[in-house]
Amino acid sequence: MGIEEKIPSGVVLTSVEKVVNWSRKSSLWPATFGLACCAIEMMATGAGRYDLARFGMEVFRPSPRQADLMIVAGRVSQKMAPVLRQIYDQMPEPKWVIAMGVCASSGGMFNNYAIVQGVDHVVPVDIYLPGCPPRPEMLLDAILKLHDKIMDEPLGSNARRRELPGYAPRELVASSQRYSSDGKVDHRTALRTELMDGPGGLVRADRR
Amino acid sequence: MSVTPQGSPPPRPKPDGEVETAPAVAASSASAVAANVAEPDQGSDMFGAAMGGDTSGFGGLVRTTPAPASTPRPYGGWYDEAVDALVEAYPGFGDTVTRVVVDRDELTLHVQRDKVADLCRHLRDDAEHRYEVLLGVSGVDFPEQAERFHVVYHLLSMTYRRRLRLETTCSEADPHVVSVTDVYPTADFHERETWDMFGVQFDGHPALTRILMPDDWEGHPQRKDYPLGGVPVEYKGAQIPPPDERRSYA
Amino acid sequence: MTTTSGPTTETPDPYAAGTRDTTEGTVYTVTGGDWDTMLADAFQEERIVVNMGPQHPSTHGVLRLVMELEGETVIAARTVIGYLHTGIEKNLEYRNWVQGVTFVTRMDYLSPIFNETGYSLAVEKLLGIEAPPRAQVIRVLCMELNRISSHLVAFATGGLELGALTAMTNAFREREMILDVLEMITGLRMNHAYVRPGGVAQDLPPGAVEKIRELLTVLPDKLSGIDKLLTGNPIWQARTQNVAHLDVQGCLALGVTGPVLRSAGLGWDLRKAEPYCGYEGYDFDVPTTTDADCWGRFLVRKQEMWESLKIIEQALDKLEPGPVMVEDTKIAWPAQLALGSDGMGQSLDHVKKIMGTSMEALIHHFKLVTEGFRVPAGQVYTAVESPRGELGFHVVSDGGTRPYRVHVRDPSFTNLQATAAMCEGGMLSDAIAAVASLDPVMGGVDR
Repeated sequence: MGIEEKIPSGVVLTSVEKVVNWSRKSSLWPATFGLACCAIEMMATGAGRYDLARFGMEVFRPSPRQADLMIVAGRVSQKMAPVLRQIYDQMPEPKWVIAMGVCASSGGMFNNYAIVQGVDHVVPVDIYLPGCPPRPEMLLDAILKLHDKIMDEPLGSNARRRELPGYAPRELVASSQRYSSDGKVDHRTALRTELMDGPGGLVRADRR
Repeated sequence: MSVTPQGSPPPRPKPDGEVETAPAVAASSASAVAANVAEPDQGSDMFGAAMGGDTSGFGGLVRTTPAPASTPRPYGGWYDEAVDALVEAYPGFGDTVTRVVVDRDELTLHVQRDKVADLCRHLRDDAEHRYEVLLGVSGVDFPEQAERFHVVYHLLSMTYRRRLRLETTCSEADPHVVSVTDVYPTADFHERETWDMFGVQFDGHPALTRILMPDDWEGHPQRKDYPLGGVPVEYKGAQIPPPDERRSYA
Repeated sequence: MTTTSGPTTETPDPYAAGTRDTTEGTVYTVTGGDWDTMLADAFQEERIVVNMGPQHPSTHGVLRLVMELEGETVIAARTVIGYLHTGIEKNLEYRNWVQGVTFVTRMDYLSPIFNETGYSLAVEKLLGIEAPPRAQVIRVLCMELNRISSHLVAFATGGLELGALTAMTNAFREREMILDVLEMITGLRMNHAYVRPGGVAQDLPPGAVEKIRELLTVLPDKLSGIDKLLTGNPIWQARTQNVAHLDVQGCLALGVTGPVLRSAGLGWDLRKAEPYCGYEGYDFDVPTTTDADCWGRFLVRKQEMWESLKIIEQALDKLEPGPVMVEDTKIAWPAQLALGSDGMGQSLDHVKKIMGTSMEALIHHFKLVTEGFRVPAGQVYTAVESPRGELGFHVVSDGGTRPYRVHVRDPSFTNLQATAAMCEGGMLSDAIAAVASLDPVMGGVDR
């Protein structure tokens, strides 16, 4: 995940692992990725009544370089998807993603040409939070579940599936080509095939 | 001219994984019984529905989209004097305005597509009309009509507190309408959106590019023959098709 | 201004004043006292193009601003939108008329009640019906509550973008109180799907009126708190006065409506000019200023919140018992909703009736729920005054149970065109203030 990848595994003790994980979860800094209605509920969660500051998270970092949590709040359109990926790539490790709302988790009620049907097509997601929009308490619950997940993270180089053989990153194809109407590629088939039968390209939520 | 019932899908290859319904079940049991029983054609049942058990179009029901006829005079309210003032002051009214429709307390003028900007300029500047604000330009697609793209302009006169709608048409073969950005600068974004969504090109627009879709997108999404583009959703073990492929009960 | 080297036998003086082109760019050598002559061309050509990308804390949503800057001055500003395009208008063509409310409500997500009301009014106009009086009063009530909460978010996000972070925490605290009330009435904090063609979904629950009256006693203090925080604040004044000027002609040419137009001096408010939902029966003022800058828009929005409080109080007094959905059973939702053991759902009496006693009622219920009602063919344009301006709905029906075409004339979409006119010539930070004062909601811009 971070610097411990360079250390040969077996050297780091369990208690150190717990301390590292605890410190990571106690001050998760979110990157601002509020898109639509869920963004307003995210702001409300950061505001006075449902305070995010008690979790050390009130500093929403505008720059992804300083953030370690990306809360994708809102519907991701086809035009926004490359931007989402770029912001995700710009975040340094360790990083986590919460897909807030049904639009981010699965496309939500907008099952159409314009919305990416789940941001896990674009970035690997750790916690899916349904709701339209999810209440601030639900977002806090998701964050607390993420805290639990972070606490369970093993330290060391064998925590990453990326090192395993057979990993191939997903090929990025222009949206117009992917959804073109020339009949050559049925985009639904292509998507589903890639998700389920592809060369393990998409890193899914159960990777760690 | 008729239109297929709403909700029936445009012809395209079926997504795989679709739940097989009665014909296939009958086929499998029939083939188990006797080898020389012909497999039922998976095309359509006797009502023409292709999804097995779908009752859309029951009894051959088709719905036509009516083209509104010109409302006979007197229109009532302020419409008479407004149209009269326009007839008097605007030369070539007969060439420009093909139909005047008064429906549900709204006045709609159907205009020739190359005369829209000129008429708008007159409506904006003339003291009788003073339509200072163009609220928006949008499109409607009637695929069964020859001139399938209708472009609709909504005008507002704050001076007289009146609203007016202008409607033009153009065909798919020649989708050009003159732009009104010279008269109303607000039409900039609206005409770009109409181009993006329908493919109607506005001649004279300073920069007609896609505004809502990505710049390299192919196709014009709001057209009726553009699919909704959803994916089938798996829910509690069943595959639910996207909204444009579901059975419609209308 | 390149110096040529001297006679070939002499090496050129490396410290002589001059310029030379290298692979890294032009290199200027200055010797003192000649800054203005040497570098005049360098400063003039220094224009950079800055992209304030869709992900930015200060662009008020997923708005992309591409600006050409000369120093700190904005020479050209262009907005790129479409990053939140959801295809709502196309989605509406595949849903019933009533289901359309749930889609329409998510466009301008800060003022969902206005979206729903505009759409419902358009459908009612096509149907030729009118919502019952109690439903209209409830609509006005919810709309004005929504207006206050939307203006609070305008202050919150505007303050956040200009650096006044406590504006955000304070305004969101007040907004929570209003959302509590809306949650009690509609069931949800946002995206309510409450106002439907024919009336509203359900009547006000018991205790709602008392809760709103309680809110009316608490809110004036809180709103004065925002006043004290921002209005007299010299930093706020310096950031917003004489910034992003757009006069009436510019506004009308660009089709800008709402607080921006009212800050320029023209008091055009659809609630007064073309009243709907009974607004002609309420006593309120339409605040205007003549400043036509960010400061004026701030003042207009602030005063509008006070006027909304007045309207809410009058609406509470106007509430008379009665139906909240139109009487016509071919249009109204067939089921009576009641609170059961597993939440809000069909009342058991209604289920007993349609399953046990009346076949026609069952058929009727089934047809209305699956198909929906039919709307006669035609097209209408209805507009409501949303917190951002004129929100218009152009609805075309072909006589069926689904909308044939719904186009929403969103005020933010049109107001955003004014960005270039407002920003060019000002400084970069004024561009932020300009966009904040327009208060665009990208969900409505991109739909």
